[in-house]
Amino acid sequence: MNEATRTGFRRRFKTTGLRALTTALALTAGSAFAADTIKVGVLHSLSGTMAISETTLKDTVLMLIDEQNKKGGLLGKKLEAVVVDPASNWPLFAEKAKELLVKDKVDVIYGCWTSVSRKSVLPVIEEANGLLFYPVQYEGEESSKNVFYTGAAPNQQAIPAVDYLMKDVGVKRWVLAGTDYVYPRTTNKILEAYLKSKGVAAEDIMINYTPFGHSDWQTIVSDIKKFGSAGKKTAVVSTVNGDANVPFYKELGNQGISAESIPVVAFSVGEEELSGFDTSPLVGHLAAWNYFMSVDAPENAAFIKQWHAFIKDPKRVTNDPMEATYIGFNLWVKAVEKAKTTDVDAVRKAIYGLSVPNLTGGSAVMLPNHHITKPVLIGEIQADGQFEVVWKTDKEVPGDAWTDFLPESAKITSDWQDPAINCGNYNTATKTCSGQNY
Amino acid sequence: MKPLLLLLLALTTAGAAADSGTGVTMTADGVEARPVDELMLALGTASFRDKEALVIQLAASGDTRVPVLLQALLDGTLYSDATTGAIIATPADGAPVPLAGAAQADAPTAAPRTDDLRKITVNNSLRSQLRVLIAATQLQNPDPGVRRQAARTLTGNARTTLLPLLDRALAAETDAGARAALVTAQASLHLASPDPATRGAAVAALADTSDKAILTLLEQQAGTETDATVKAGLARAITDLRGREQRFAFVSDLFFGLSLGSVLLLAAVGLAITFGVMGVINMAHGEMIMLGAYTTYVVQLLMPSHIEYSLAVAVPAAFVVTALVGIAIERSVIRFLYGRPLETLLATFGISLVLQQLVRTIFSPLNKSVITPQWLSGSWEINGMLSLTYNRLYIILFALAVLASLITLLRKTPIGLEMRAVTQNRAMASSMGVRTGRVDALTFGLGSGIAGIAGVALSQLTNVGPNLGQSYIIDSFLVVVFGGVGNLLGTFVAAMSLGVVNKFAEPLVGAVLAKILILVFVILFIQRRPRGLFALKGRFVED
Repeated sequence: MNEATRTGFRRRFKTTGLRALTTALALTAGSAFAADTIKVGVLHSLSGTMAISETTLKDTVLMLIDEQNKKGGLLGKKLEAVVVDPASNWPLFAEKAKELLVKDKVDVIYGCWTSVSRKSVLPVIEEANGLLFYPVQYEGEESSKNVFYTGAAPNQQAIPAVDYLMKDVGVKRWVLAGTDYVYPRTTNKILEAYLKSKGVAAEDIMINYTPFGHSDWQTIVSDIKKFGSAGKKTAVVSTVNGDANVPFYKELGNQGISAESIPVVAFSVGEEELSGFDTSPLVGHLAAWNYFMSVDAPENAAFIKQWHAFIKDPKRVTNDPMEATYIGFNLWVKAVEKAKTTDVDAVRKAIYGLSVPNLTGGSAVMLPNHHITKPVLIGEIQADGQFEVVWKTDKEVPGDAWTDFLPESAKITSDWQDPAINCGNYNTATKTCSGQNY
Repeated sequence: MKPLLLLLLALTTAGAAADSGTGVTMTADGVEARPVDELMLALGTASFRDKEALVIQLAASGDTRVPVLLQALLDGTLYSDATTGAIIATPADGAPVPLAGAAQADAPTAAPRTDDLRKITVNNSLRSQLRVLIAATQLQNPDPGVRRQAARTLTGNARTTLLPLLDRALAAETDAGARAALVTAQASLHLASPDPATRGAAVAALADTSDKAILTLLEQQAGTETDATVKAGLARAITDLRGREQRFAFVSDLFFGLSLGSVLLLAAVGLAITFGVMGVINMAHGEMIMLGAYTTYVVQLLMPSHIEYSLAVAVPAAFVVTALVGIAIERSVIRFLYGRPLETLLATFGISLVLQQLVRTIFSPLNKSVITPQWLSGSWEINGMLSLTYNRLYIILFALAVLASLITLLRKTPIGLEMRAVTQNRAMASSMGVRTGRVDALTFGLGSGIAGIAGVALSQLTNVGPNLGQSYIIDSFLVVVFGGVGNLLGTFVAAMSLGVVNKFAEPLVGAVLAKILILVFVILFIQRRPRGLFALKGRFVED
């Protein structure tokens, strides 16, 4: 065991729980035999507010690395995880990213959850020409050369969900409720523009923001109830994030808002969030994702089995960001194998157009705008905390970095493959890289 | 059941011509109705839209298996066998019931292999359809409560073809509550009647109900009404209902405010002891609340079959656990830091981080599911416009009870007397023979224990996770400082007024701004009156 692995080991010992410790032990033991390893950075919060969501993704990456090593590693080398804890502290994300890139010299980073953490990491990654796979659904309006977005862009989640409610459920009145930060604000801006373009009047849209971790939903839920009793079918589009969802849904149940009267479609509520409480009063409320644990596909069954074996808990659920991590990992592995090196620019060029199977029986293709193709699924919450798919797109939808529904974004496009464009913010009107920044 | 269902058949298919001799019926649309078994089997593979048509036909078939099937479909316990296509209901309490297909024919007793079963899924629109169909069969249920609920479900949702069924049910109804609900349901259907007199009577009947749904119904009717007399009646009824709605909205806002106030009170009252009475700036107070919530979780784990009583056990358990933790903290850290507020602040902040990470390591960073007992879920529907949620109602009562017992403890018991003596003049109390060290530990333990009890209550409202405490620590300090340090009554008034002001401001300015405004208000208030609402007077405040 050399000095570097020993310090790595000590840091991991300090920052992660017992479970991660055993994994780290196994990994360190494995890497001790290989002369040279490929380092994979894991930049997910293991403490603080976001630990609830991000710890699972850290475990997912460790599982995938473990699996890859069992298959003989990559380019004849073993993969080695370098886990750091940015502690839900946004500036610390940038520091830890720098540490991973400069000190540990990792070849790729899997990490971030909130948009604000991604924005904090961006300049660091771009300066050091690193590689980040970002696995969470987000607001779009971004395409960095050094980031691959394997979660959904708005056109792969929010817009299809609203379409479903409008066409299949007949919703005429809309409540856009969200937590007060960049993702809900941008998403709601896009949705508002989209709804108005479809002829929804301004008085039929109610927009409401709440602080992070809001726990007293009585007034808001009662307002929603009032807004929804105007005789037109009403739905709530919720971008409420994190654990504020639990008291929100509890209050909905207690005030007797059933999914049949006012359905709530959520973009941040998945199996993991629902595993916190009893879902029987919520049956029928909706969520839009690109993956559900309940999807009946052989790839998914194998993934769930593998996850349960790795985490040693048959009750743990899988969710959409885990699938996005899985896709991102496989795409990177395939690109490295194609490029025969882990050099960032070579991998980046190799990855465009590559396709790997997703977990819902289709495939994910990496597009030149650094987004991937994804199917869109709408699921209804069931009494057991799982989702039942009630609607899905016929085929995969390509991710759109810049939305078509905001006038200032509609003319921007991203293409990192075409040498004539080669930027993430190409203005099709002025034919220049607009510099319009994320 | 059979004649009723036959009646339903006639009603829901709008006068179907039945030929029961062959078991095949013709609907009014001229579509040939298929045999019941075939309809049931078709459910296994149908799309949601097809399923809606299928359940209507099934309900009309009058088959005795249908009520079981509809209920199972609504409950999500209806399955189709992947290989044989058989339809099987698996109610939560009882053995699987084969309804149609192979399983029914050959071996009804043999339980089908579960991995072959595919759940027959429903969506929201199908679910509300099912509720109406089931409600129609429940109008003659022996339980008046069920009948009342069924009539409510049918109000505004049913087709006019159900009217004869409602009329018959009304004629036979003896229970006053169910009768009123039936009258409302009937009147809601009469609104669509072609006869203006019937519509006018319906409006008059509906004007008496305080119900938001009825108000909506009347407003919709007002848009399409042509008859002048009925129109005038509608306008009167709508104005009346709107006025009533406003009054009830005020009451419910007040209730929301008081319940938020109670949550603040519960969170702050422990701090009012440790900070207010002892003067210790205890940043780990929030973590005591969190430990109380986790105690609730552990108690529920230990008694999974008695969830209904778990809270009664959790309250004393949480008190003891957090009081012991509090005493341990006081004895090991805080007693060395009395009179050094800055060090106390930093030390307790450190303790709070340690406790959070400890919980994260033991219980994982994921939120834990604390089950809400049945008696705490749902709401007390006073009428269609005012309903008070049970969990909030109980929390108001609980907070008041905690405050009352705390005041009694401090005022009427020897230990309370000693606590007040030590905090008011330590040296004098000590020279009178009071063991101040022991009293300090007990006082801190009491404050922590109360925080633990608050944790039990909060576990019913919000997430139980390692960060639970952090979201309440600022609010708690705000309440204690605003109310006047060292004054329990001040804490009570401060908590309630902040809660009510917040809830009345929220609909006007939004949740984010309401919180900011409250903060600004308290800061300005403290500038004017640094000792809070109820400043303690006396010599001891000087030091």
